[in-house]
Amino acid sequence: MPLLRIRDLTHFFGGLKAVDNFEVRIEKGSIVGLIGPNGAGKSTVFNLICGLYKPTTGEIIFNSSNLVGLPPHEVASRGVGRTFQNLRLFNDLTVLNNLKVAQYSQANYSLGDAFFRTKRYLKKEREIEERAYELLETLGISSYAHQLTKNLSYGDQRRVEMVRALALRPSLLLLDEPTAGMSPAEMMTMTELIEEIREKFDLTIFLIEHRMRVVMGICEQVLAIDFGALIGEGTPAEIRNNPKVIKAYLGEEVMM
Amino acid sequence: MKKYYLPLGLIGLLIVLTGASWLGLFSDYLQTVAMYIGVNIILTASLNLVNGYMGEFSVGHAGFMAVGAYVSTMFTTRVIPHFVLGTPLIPSGLYPLEVAAWAENPAAYLVFPLTLLMGGLGAALVGLLVAVPSFKIRGDYLAIITLAVNYIVKSACENTQALGGSRGITGIPKLTSVPLVFLCAVVSLWAMRNFILSSYGRGVVAVREDEIAAELMTVNTRHSKIMAFCISSFFAGIGGGLLAHLLLYINPSTFSILKSVECLVMVYLGGMSSISGSILGAIAYTGLSEALRPLRLWKWVVIPLILIFLMLFRREGIMGGREFKFLLPKEEVKGYAAASD
Repeated sequence: MPLLRIRDLTHFFGGLKAVDNFEVRIEKGSIVGLIGPNGAGKSTVFNLICGLYKPTTGEIIFNSSNLVGLPPHEVASRGVGRTFQNLRLFNDLTVLNNLKVAQYSQANYSLGDAFFRTKRYLKKEREIEERAYELLETLGISSYAHQLTKNLSYGDQRRVEMVRALALRPSLLLLDEPTAGMSPAEMMTMTELIEEIREKFDLTIFLIEHRMRVVMGICEQVLAIDFGALIGEGTPAEIRNNPKVIKAYLGEEVMM
Repeated sequence: MKKYYLPLGLIGLLIVLTGASWLGLFSDYLQTVAMYIGVNIILTASLNLVNGYMGEFSVGHAGFMAVGAYVSTMFTTRVIPHFVLGTPLIPSGLYPLEVAAWAENPAAYLVFPLTLLMGGLGAALVGLLVAVPSFKIRGDYLAIITLAVNYIVKSACENTQALGGSRGITGIPKLTSVPLVFLCAVVSLWAMRNFILSSYGRGVVAVREDEIAAELMTVNTRHSKIMAFCISSFFAGIGGGLLAHLLLYINPSTFSILKSVECLVMVYLGGMSSISGSILGAIAYTGLSEALRPLRLWKWVVIPLILIFLMLFRREGIMGGREFKFLLPKEEVKGYAAASD
């Protein structure tokens, strides 16, 4: 039983077919890459999984239940965490509060508990805070806990966004271009980090990436799409030699 | 031990305020100003919940105040006199001022908070009616909708004879007092602060920062927006009820768009997303408008000028996004330290 199984996923923006019969099976614990030229519909696939868009047809089976039609916060609380291509942090909040927000659905106390700061409330809040610190320590950025996220460097903001996604206790993590805009050195740390968190948090990772070095380095399975349709699927080596993928996306460069 | 400083300080202040008013150390005028300040603090903080923390733009706060004011005065001038004095529930023509007599009974001071509560609940209900359809859409629509609500409430009051039509309601018993206003302000601020510090409040702030990211981080954005809006309307209703029993006479134009603007001014003066700012904003604005009274018409030149300068040189208001440490629970102080730098 795969963790995520997408079948016949099709989505239209007006008359434009942004995603065309997309299919994927992602096994638990794997790292799967999604590649394709700009505008191929990669981010749209992510948005469909997250519930931001409702697909025209198709089904998205996650943990043996269908996600189609669920509001995004419900999809997220079932264990789908994600990061964004252009950072979407809560800039005027501290790093700690960013992580606390992501635990919204786990704070199962009532409004009354919140008003009166009952024992239950204080206990839950303590748990939330402890988890946030724990995550920050895992990624070695606990010294930033009380910094506003907007004051951090770009690389650190990327890391904070990733920890924030981890705070909601995901089993599937969607990473939208995790190394975008990073220097080669930062890129290396990021790939190491991705592998590290997969081990530590028992994650399944689905990532969009443009840098072939990252994709080839960490992905076990790669999907290539163009004009919303799947044009290739397989191991990184297979993808690298797939003539359709080369024509649409890779070009000659990576052939060597 | 430090934990008790704030409650002890508040009790001390309450005793001083009450004692001083009873002993006549405060002139009636000063007492009235103090009550206005208290009411304005409630109104400012509640509007700040929507305009500051949630980042939406509500311009119809007076509409919710009106609901609270009318509901509570209906109880104190119609329903309760009906049962105590046997006056008719719906009067023909102007109401005799004697209906306020029941309020001389000391029990009135216990009943009055209940009528305020009813007013608050009425306002929250109207808030819910506004919030449910208007939060389905995103963006700046709330400003237009709340503006409309302000006018709807006002015209509804003007055209309902049972509510006194455009003549309004007279003979409201003077039930608002310095200690009561003080207590109401403290309880409201305390409740709103705790809401903001809870996960619900964090959800509301996350909506302001980035609604889509909030939603994808498990925040039920619609739910938390509606909740914040209802709480805001509830306290607007409480403030309206207190104001009515301080003015002793209300009519629909008491709650015109000008009153909403006044609330907005206090929010921006004090600073967005700050309870401390709401307190300072309300005190500064109320104090200023009393202090500048000798300028008469020129007051309305000076106050807007002050606002313009504020926007030019300190756009975040007096305390934008920051809090006095003593208002926060110990464990939350650190989180606000960064914002104060």
